[in-house]
Amino acid sequence: MANTIKMRASLSGDVTTVKALMKHPMETGLRKDKKTGEAIPAHFIQEVVCEHNGKQVMLAEWGGSISQNPYISFMFKGAKAGDTLKLSWTDNKGESDSAEEAIK
Amino acid sequence: MNMKRRVFLKGALASGTVALALGAGIVTPRAVLAAWPKSAFEAKSVADALGALYGSGDAAASGDIEIKAPDIAENGAVVPVSVTAKMSGVESISIFAEGNNSPLTSNWKLGPDAEPYVSTRIKMAKTSNVIAVVQANGKTFQAAKEVKVTIGGCGG
Repeated sequence: MANTIKMRASLSGDVTTVKALMKHPMETGLRKDKKTGEAIPAHFIQEVVCEHNGKQVMLAEWGGSISQNPYISFMFKGAKAGDTLKLSWTDNKGESDSAEEAIK
Repeated sequence: MNMKRRVFLKGALASGTVALALGAGIVTPRAVLAAWPKSAFEAKSVADALGALYGSGDAAASGDIEIKAPDIAENGAVVPVSVTAKMSGVESISIFAEGNNSPLTSNWKLGPDAEPYVSTRIKMAKTSNVIAVVQANGKTFQAAKEVKVTIGGCGG
């Protein structure tokens, strides 16, 4: 399965800036299929977790109002170059994905 | 912009289980999913969502919260929003689109090493305030910025 997360983690002084782009339809469940008139079922990421060296840095809870193919950025302190960052998401259908990236 | 707004919760909370996990320790996605604040995300007003999330109705206006978002968003499906909180002890940042059916878009729980900053893109149904609510040292603060949404058309 193709990885749905592209992320970059760059260190400047003591602060690591994380930028990530996730591939996900983020369907609210309110849109209707134009051909059938049926509501397209809700399918959106509910949780995003970022861990540094196994310790949780950030946990985001989302609803369907985050845009399709979500972009996020956040920052944290205390990492060193070469440390591993792990970003994971889980959606309302129980699907999930995660990616790891070295901090540069 | 006059920011003097106080959000008061009327009556009791929607649910008794307002268990706020303050990001302690390692949490697997499964365990976290069980705690997804459904009532907050389904709440139809900012006040109700705040009550479901923080268990308290008061969010004092604060000049220490900076919201970066376009004055006019050409595409309501993709509105970039960044929130920076300048007070100390920030524990979480929540982003609301006041004009959406369910205003809460996201709740960001920040661990002790995280900087008080988040940036993302949200969907906005129509022109309205983007409201950022910050919990710091157990107190709740808010700021708002109006974003005009044009769906095609000439703007304004």
